[in-house]
Amino acid sequence: MKEILELLENDARLTFKQLAVMIGKEESEVAGLVKDLEKNKIILGYHTFINWEKAGEEKVSAVIEVKICPQREVGFDAVAERIYRFPEVTTVRLVSGAYDLVVMVEGDTLKEVANFVSQKLATIEHVLSTSTHFVLKNYKIQGTIIEDGEEDRRLVITP
Amino acid sequence: MTGSKDWQRYINPLVLGIPSSGIRRFFDLASEMKNVISLGVGEPDFVTPWHIREACMYSLERGYTMYTSNNGLLELREEIARDLGDTYRVTYNPLNEILVTVGVSEGVDLALRTLLQPGDEVLIPAPSYVSYAPCVTLAGASPVYLKTSVENGFQVTAEMVDKAVTPKTKAMILCYPNNPTGATIDRHNLLEICELARSHDLIIISDEIYDKLTYVGEHTCVASLPGMRDRTILLNGFSKSYAMTGWRVGYAAGNSDFIAVMKKIHQYTALCAPITAQIAAVEALRNGRQGMKNMVEQYGRRRRLILQGFKEAGLPCFEPRGAFYAFPDISVTGLSSEEFAQQLLQEEKVAVVPGNAFGEQGEGYIRCAYAASVEDITEALRRMNSFVKRRVSRGKIITAPFGKAEQKKEGYCQVL
Ligand SMILES: Cc1ncc(COP(=O)(O)O)c(C=O)c1O
Repeated sequence: MKEILELLENDARLTFKQLAVMIGKEESEVAGLVKDLEKNKIILGYHTFINWEKAGEEKVSAVIEVKICPQREVGFDAVAERIYRFPEVTTVRLVSGAYDLVVMVEGDTLKEVANFVSQKLATIEHVLSTSTHFVLKNYKIQGTIIEDGEEDRRLVITP
Repeated sequence: MTGSKDWQRYINPLVLGIPSSGIRRFFDLASEMKNVISLGVGEPDFVTPWHIREACMYSLERGYTMYTSNNGLLELREEIARDLGDTYRVTYNPLNEILVTVGVSEGVDLALRTLLQPGDEVLIPAPSYVSYAPCVTLAGASPVYLKTSVENGFQVTAEMVDKAVTPKTKAMILCYPNNPTGATIDRHNLLEICELARSHDLIIISDEIYDKLTYVGEHTCVASLPGMRDRTILLNGFSKSYAMTGWRVGYAAGNSDFIAVMKKIHQYTALCAPITAQIAAVEALRNGRQGMKNMVEQYGRRRRLILQGFKEAGLPCFEPRGAFYAFPDISVTGLSSEEFAQQLLQEEKVAVVPGNAFGEQGEGYIRCAYAASVEDITEALRRMNSFVKRRVSRGKIITAPFGKAEQKKEGYCQVL
């Protein structure tokens, strides 16, 4: 199962047949396994990884450090939910250290993101403070190097 | 000066007599074309893992740009000895039983030149990697081929050796896992061959450059077999297992007296392997095991993919158990290896290496390397499939009498 997950994590477009041949199982068995993984929300989705900047679409994103005051019974979760339900928010993580949540926000313009932080995020109850860092450049996201430049440079035929 | 001097007559006839590589001609053809998918590359499609490259850059920053000792960095020889000990339980003294070479290529040449005199014969399993026979010839000796075939899994057998041995036979080259067939050799088979090597007093030069790329069973290091350490010159390197082809580093391990003489040639002809490569190799052996395993796992999956593809295309293919080559039989198409490779390239823009580039024993086969992305392998197989289908349906009408060849194939069309 781990092998299937790793293969799909790397390339979600592999067909059941390809997967089956590569790991030495029957196609129907692989199809069943994947369906189960989807049903159990172990596989959460299949996405296309797009370099929007290269596609000519400017997007603005920011990493925001958020300090919050945890609440009785629900800890950080309730406040986190207040935050992650906003569609502008792409990532929310609880982290150890000087602040509590790392929140990533995406918008079309700087102003839009700034407004979101000051008007929505910072004003949520139990949010103590925010510190916003606008992203200037992406080098690597989730294991993928954005401008990799390491194309296949081998000669076409070697012994 | 007209520049029209007849240089041919200055050239050593021994060298003139060596045919130029069959791969070369193909290379010229393929490199002129655009959008070719190549299964003809005999090297990993991975770039050297970053930690290895980074270790080398760090060493350059600190000014490691000098010669090393002729033997190679002691640190590297120690790591090699440790790796061989851990993996195969063979012990070599890093001080005098290991020589760092400019790839296995130099190791092959040094071992043969140290060993051979004019008139000597060397047994070489065929089909074989392209450089053995020319190096034997350049050392003044004669190659004698042991013709392996699909029926015996492209493995040399004791019987073949026994038949080929003459009083002039001095050595035998073994290369398992094999380029171009992908064959590995069974331990019992190897034991029988070693027995013969003892009784005929043969030296074995074992090129184990693909040892880590073994997918079925376990690799047996020839030197690890009873009594063989002192009869074997073990050659290995970093090109394939650590994706380091361009660095040019490998090693020879064996008897200290023999290694000392190999070193003598090495010191006058190469001086030492590049220090950058040696430092990178140290890093590979110290911290590269996991990365290497990941690459091997990926080759293993692609191996299954390519075998399935040949099955669907109707090309019988022996199951390769090591290296990263598949060696399908293309005789159902009625084409020779070269015709197949050439027409496939022209019609479908897929490059493969004709089997006869590895000796006449490779005729009727093509070598396909699966050191390529899943995407490329899948697309190349799709194109090959339609190419073969066109040939086979045409062939049925024109070459009906050849039907027998197909029958013979069935017995060994071994697919997962
Ligand atoms: C069987 C075999 N031996 C030796 C070599 C050359 O290795 P190196 O890069 O270490 O010189 C190759 C490369 O293709 C090979 O296939």
